Amino acid sequence: MEDCLAKKMEITVSEAEKRTGRNAMNMQETYTAYLIETRAVETQSEGQCAPVDSLWRRYSEFELLRNYLSVTYPHIVVPPLPEKRADFVWHKLSADNMDPDFVERRRIGLENFLLRVASHPVLCQDKIFYSFLTQEAGWKEMVNETGFQLKADSRLKALNATFRVKNPDKRFTELKHYSDELQSVISHLLRVRARVADRLYGVYKVHGNYGRVFSEWSAIEKEMGDGLQSAGHHMDVYAASIDDILEEEEHYADQLKEYLFYAEALRAVCRKHELMQYDLEMAAQDLTTKKQQCEELATGTVRTFSLKGMTSKLFGQETPEQREAKIKVLEEQIQEGEEQLKSKNLEGRDFVKSAWADIERFKEQKNHDLKEALISYAVMQISMCKKGIQVWTNAKECFSKM
Amino acid sequence: MEAEGRESAPSLPQPAPGDEGGAEADATAGAPCGVRGPLLAAAEVLALDDEEDDDLEVFSKDASLAEVNSFSPSMPISLSSMINQYKFEDEPEQRDLFITVDDPESHITALETFITYRVLTKTSRGEFDSSEYEVRRRYQDFLWLKSRLEEAHPTLIIPPLPEKFIMKGMVERFSEEFIETRRKALHKFLNRIADHPTLTFNEDFKIFLTVQAWELSSHKKQGPGLLSRMGQTVRAVASSVRGGGAKNRPEVFTEMNNYMETFSQKISVLDKIAHRIYKEEREYFNEMKEYGPIHTLWSASEDDVADCLKGVASCIDKCCKATEKRMAGLSENLLPILHEYILYSEILMGVLKRRDQIQGELDSRVDALTNKKTEKDLFSEEIGRLEDKVEYANNVLKADWDRWKQNMQRDMRATFTNVAENNLRYYEECLATWESFLASQAVHLHVEEDSEDKP
Repeated sequence: MEDCLAKKMEITVSEAEKRTGRNAMNMQETYTAYLIETRAVETQSEGQCAPVDSLWRRYSEFELLRNYLSVTYPHIVVPPLPEKRADFVWHKLSADNMDPDFVERRRIGLENFLLRVASHPVLCQDKIFYSFLTQEAGWKEMVNETGFQLKADSRLKALNATFRVKNPDKRFTELKHYSDELQSVISHLLRVRARVADRLYGVYKVHGNYGRVFSEWSAIEKEMGDGLQSAGHHMDVYAASIDDILEEEEHYADQLKEYLFYAEALRAVCRKHELMQYDLEMAAQDLTTKKQQCEELATGTVRTFSLKGMTSKLFGQETPEQREAKIKVLEEQIQEGEEQLKSKNLEGRDFVKSAWADIERFKEQKNHDLKEALISYAVMQISMCKKGIQVWTNAKECFSKM
Repeated sequence: MEAEGRESAPSLPQPAPGDEGGAEADATAGAPCGVRGPLLAAAEVLALDDEEDDDLEVFSKDASLAEVNSFSPSMPISLSSMINQYKFEDEPEQRDLFITVDDPESHITALETFITYRVLTKTSRGEFDSSEYEVRRRYQDFLWLKSRLEEAHPTLIIPPLPEKFIMKGMVERFSEEFIETRRKALHKFLNRIADHPTLTFNEDFKIFLTVQAWELSSHKKQGPGLLSRMGQTVRAVASSVRGGGAKNRPEVFTEMNNYMETFSQKISVLDKIAHRIYKEEREYFNEMKEYGPIHTLWSASEDDVADCLKGVASCIDKCCKATEKRMAGLSENLLPILHEYILYSEILMGVLKRRDQIQGELDSRVDALTNKKTEKDLFSEEIGRLEDKVEYANNVLKADWDRWKQNMQRDMRATFTNVAENNLRYYEECLATWESFLASQAVHLHVEEDSEDKP
């Protein structure tokens, strides 16, 4: 990676703090603020460490940043934020945004987001991003001054609109299809994983009941007592071990969630391209129509049916001067249209080129990250099995001494 | 499975019957003898002497008739040698009676539908005319046998029978699962009787194992008079109404009672826990079944990550199968044993009650006597007999109790060790699966790195 910000600057989201304040409607609200710390990366000075800069941001500000980036760089697959609300929860997990475990996982997710942006070759150079990290006061105003909000609104409308493109780009169609599949399969996986976690939790915790009963039973047994008692202790250990195991697995789920949201970002790029393509087609269509109209007026032949043509036939022809004026207007429009079409075409080609470059980059990143996540899942399973073997080996020894 | 053939009553130099049969040397260091050896030795001794042979017969006849009062004077001899047998652990190598219960068959008549089981017996005992028997029995027959044994030996611990109906879980009366569970329990029931030093020689037990169905029906109709049985019941109720037996109860039986109360509580809780674990494991299994295939589905949209995803899917599927095995182990071992010991708790409480009743009979007679000085002589014989009855019942119960405790300890040790082994197997299988997946990924990584290095 060339000159990206991540190489020059250490970025962490190191703390989370509960705050109360007044919102836009002057009502009291509670929210969490996150501390962003940055420090320039020193290249081997004599133990000197650059000073740490820090500022506090809340989730809504992160959202504002991301919206700005998505609108400003529509050809980039913009890294996603961690989920706004806890989703795919199982019974032990809280769906409460204020829950400390959720806040902690969100802190990690926000840090991950900043690092992703900082290591992106294009996004890391953005000034607004840099100010987000370094300038606490006045950042919001700065963002709004870029006027991205207007583009954001029209973008939102466009993303949700339904229209049909006559000559879709096959690659983007396939990519959009892929992003839909990715979203669907990861959601499904996360849902089932949550249920599996729930059941696993149940299996382990019920074993904890053995401990108490064995202990009570051992009180009336002379020879079996010791074996029962110590076996019970191991059952308690077994039951308790699931908490750490599942907490670790939650991080794995978060890794998958990131790509669930990435799929949305990918889809947005495809949609943007679709929109541009549609726009282009409409402009080309419009130009063709105008050229035809011009030709008809010039030659006097009506090739296509138009109401105007019919009415002028019925109610009398227009004067040659009127016709001349019309032709002139049309010719101007045609010229304008041709220039616009040229620039739109250029725009389109640039978009495709840079989008596709970023998509390739994203694909590589995704393949690498997913593989890593799956392998880490295997490592977690192995660790769980090893713990299980240890506990049950100990329990077996106790039972055999009964 | 076949025991070495034993001819009936060889002339062997034997120690006097009064000796502790248990003193016979055993091959294993210091371990007590198997039940069968010394007992048969005693039987052989008795067989040499006709008179004593009769006593053996009388003994069993006496025990099966509620009313007959006279125990022969030589009773104590065979009794004490028999009591000594109870202390010994069962050793399968010295068995000479092998029973299997299998082949359930359903029978449909105009009146009812029922299941019969094949009871196959192989034996080398002299008392049996043949060495192999095959009969068919239905649940009713087992019930009959159990009640006969209870009547004959009111203070012996008769093994539990599977219940008539199973309330928990929606198991159909004739579902395969239900029939198989019942078959296993019936098999255990008969084998426990066979292993019991006294019950194994019970006449009704022999009849149960050997006679054809129609013969059994007619035998069932005979048996101790209804009146005699009623008489015993009336007396039992009477003595229990008077709080029979509890006030003069020897300390050891009160301890037994207290033990059984706590034991039955704990076993009942354990049973609930075990069922709950089974349920949770089943739910986990159901979710896992869906979990693996999602990864396979995902792999279809990927190219680079596809192999990795398929690998994970395969691991999850294998772990899923392993969890199914773990569940099966639980339902085949732990659950039946815990259930049996719940039944045993009830049986033992019943045995203690009956002992109390027998004691109560004696106590009430003694109470009545202290008020009538003139008829002392008349009753002293009766009192003597009742005293013997109480002593016999107490000794028999004490010995059987020790035996039961030993067996319980052994059963629990074996069952819970098996549970641990089950879980170990499960985790070891899963570990191997995931480790081999990781290894395969490492190989891929190396291959990729190598191909990147190449110019």
